[in-house]
Amino acid sequence: MPQNTSTSMSGPSPMSRRLFLGTTGALSLGAALTACGGSDSADSAGSGKPVARADIDKAMKTPTELTFWTWVPNIDKEVALFEKRYPAVKVKVVNAGQGTPQYTKLRTALKAGSGAPDLVQIEYQAIPTFTITNSLLDLRPYGATALKSTFVDWTWSQISGSDGEIWAIPQDTGPMGMLYRQDIFDRHGIDVPGTWDEFAAAARKLHKADPDVLLTNLAANQVAAWHGLLWQAGAKPYVTSGKSDIAISVDDAVSRKLGAYWGGLAKEGVIGVEPDFTDSWYAALNKGKYATWITAAWGPVFLSGSAKATAGKWRAAPLPQWDAAEPSSGNWGGSTTAVIRSTKNPVAAAVFAQFLNTDPASAKMFATEQFFFPATDALLKDTEFVSDAPSFYGGQKVNQVFADISSTVNSSFQWPPFLDQAATDWTETVGKSLADRTDTVRALGSWQSRLTSYAKNQGFTVKGS
Amino acid sequence: MVLFLLLFLAPLGYAAYLSLFRERLIGGTAFVGLDNYAQALSDPQFLHGVGRVALFFVVQVPVMLLLALAFALALDSGLLRLARVIRLGVFVPYAVPSVVAALMWGYLYGPDFGPFAQLGRELSLPVPDFLSDGWMLGSLANIVTWEFVGYNMIILYAALRTVPEELYEAAAVDGAGAWRIAWSIKLPALRPALMLTLLFSVIGSFQLFNEPKLLMNIAPDVISSSYTANLYAYTLAFTGQQVNYAATVSFLLGLVIVIASYAVLLTANRRRTS
Repeated sequence: MPQNTSTSMSGPSPMSRRLFLGTTGALSLGAALTACGGSDSADSAGSGKPVARADIDKAMKTPTELTFWTWVPNIDKEVALFEKRYPAVKVKVVNAGQGTPQYTKLRTALKAGSGAPDLVQIEYQAIPTFTITNSLLDLRPYGATALKSTFVDWTWSQISGSDGEIWAIPQDTGPMGMLYRQDIFDRHGIDVPGTWDEFAAAARKLHKADPDVLLTNLAANQVAAWHGLLWQAGAKPYVTSGKSDIAISVDDAVSRKLGAYWGGLAKEGVIGVEPDFTDSWYAALNKGKYATWITAAWGPVFLSGSAKATAGKWRAAPLPQWDAAEPSSGNWGGSTTAVIRSTKNPVAAAVFAQFLNTDPASAKMFATEQFFFPATDALLKDTEFVSDAPSFYGGQKVNQVFADISSTVNSSFQWPPFLDQAATDWTETVGKSLADRTDTVRALGSWQSRLTSYAKNQGFTVKGS
Repeated sequence: MVLFLLLFLAPLGYAAYLSLFRERLIGGTAFVGLDNYAQALSDPQFLHGVGRVALFFVVQVPVMLLLALAFALALDSGLLRLARVIRLGVFVPYAVPSVVAALMWGYLYGPDFGPFAQLGRELSLPVPDFLSDGWMLGSLANIVTWEFVGYNMIILYAALRTVPEELYEAAAVDGAGAWRIAWSIKLPALRPALMLTLLFSVIGSFQLFNEPKLLMNIAPDVISSSYTANLYAYTLAFTGQQVNYAATVSFLLGLVIVIASYAVLLTANRRRTS
């Protein structure tokens, strides 16, 4: 994730102070207005009834210590804002690894029944794998409902459960776009492709002109990118209803269109298929082996830190489209803050999760200190944020490009409750077909059947397919 | 005794207990008796994993032990210049964590910008793709050999140092040369130490995990999640959340190791008595 240094923001401006007060007001109002509902029962923490304002106030004045697992570098700064606002509550930040390693530890702790934190950073795609085990706390009773309009629409559908539960508060996002090498495009007379057809034509043209340069690399190990492209194309690979019903369709018409397209380009040898985020891949980006990187909104900062040799040569653009008349995009990455159901301090934890990601000063700090791509509407319209014009991109307003893309992200995409298995199976079927330059469409069928039998084995009722 | 029970038997018993159940995401846990074992014994992913490490063992271990033996004998002969430097140099890779070693070799193997590939291109020599299907097992064997030759050398070298000087003197009086001494005195003296290194290697090979797990990042299409039996158990537990089946696979893998170790001991003993 982004982690290089650059200009940092000074303290909150008067403007954000006002917004800040507004939000905390909304928070309390939300708590009072939230209608009861939700399927939680048994434990008092998730009884579904809105927690009274007075109880929230009382909890926030009671000395409490919260444990928060997160891999965000220097998040202490945001946490300090919270502790200043609620001096009685202390937050202990623990880095338990990034992504899968953290989830593995969390699962172990949950199973063991002790050692789980109060809050965790969790990526959108991992939420269903924890709700299926009943591990997350529904945040509705704590006023989270009122925050809906604060966030970009599609992020809200990502964190919402099938019965309207609110499982987490969005933190950052990764709407997908394309970074490209202006110099290479200029040298070979290639226009920025607006559609995937133009993209394919450009790939062939570039390969013919210079066999050492490829238009892009579709990493054979990167299921997240594949999911993002499926997302853009409007696919619904996993549709869950109720708890145990799932329709798996990773081999439907939309998927096959993608399979034929990318598998075809890989077979022709006009795109690369090497694993990403490896030494070899970094070297390839630095040495100009690839003319584009299909990536997400966190990509620009990441790239400027890891391909320094190419500074000034890159530009950003939306993804090429299947239907140029209706631009759409997918999302790759980004994360949220969730409260673990076993917490002994649900109120303090829920308020912290909300404060961390909605307090204007804290949210802005994520954008300026950690270079996270925002999940809140306010920041995506913040002139200071969108007018940033880094020299790595030749002075282009890259944030504006991705802010525009963010509003085109499809909001109907769903994740399966066994994402890790889906990822492994993808790598060994579809990814392998790309790497080996064999039939990708057929590989989609293997992916489908492996996932289906896994799901059945795990007790799911698999529909359709 | 308490320690033995606590640290050794208890986890083993727990794994055995776990392997008799099946927990599912939907529907909870059920007792399934030996079903998991029946499934594992006909599971091609498990069987291929075991087969692959067996092949690895048969090829890699003799190469590694012969190298270790050669280094130990050479050092012990006292004829080597810079003996200290060489001893340290051969041993140092063992001090490198296997994770770091795998990352380092992964970089060296790189088909585009790896030093071998670049050198090959400079000299217009064909350099194989070390990370391809055909070469991967050999590439892994090379990493493991690099890591453990020094370790085994030290065991063998230490054993050689315990041979009483008088034996060499007597042999020299009888007119034996260096080769003859090596063959008739040193090698027999090394037998127990060789046995030990061989047993370690059986266990190490069948538990092969770190190296494939790390190279998986750079060659995900070659190293599958069930490339070795140990890797498969890990995948089952942490990717598929099939803890019970993972316990079964681990238990069976342990059994395979016990049998293989026993077979190695038996063959060695039979050879000695015959």
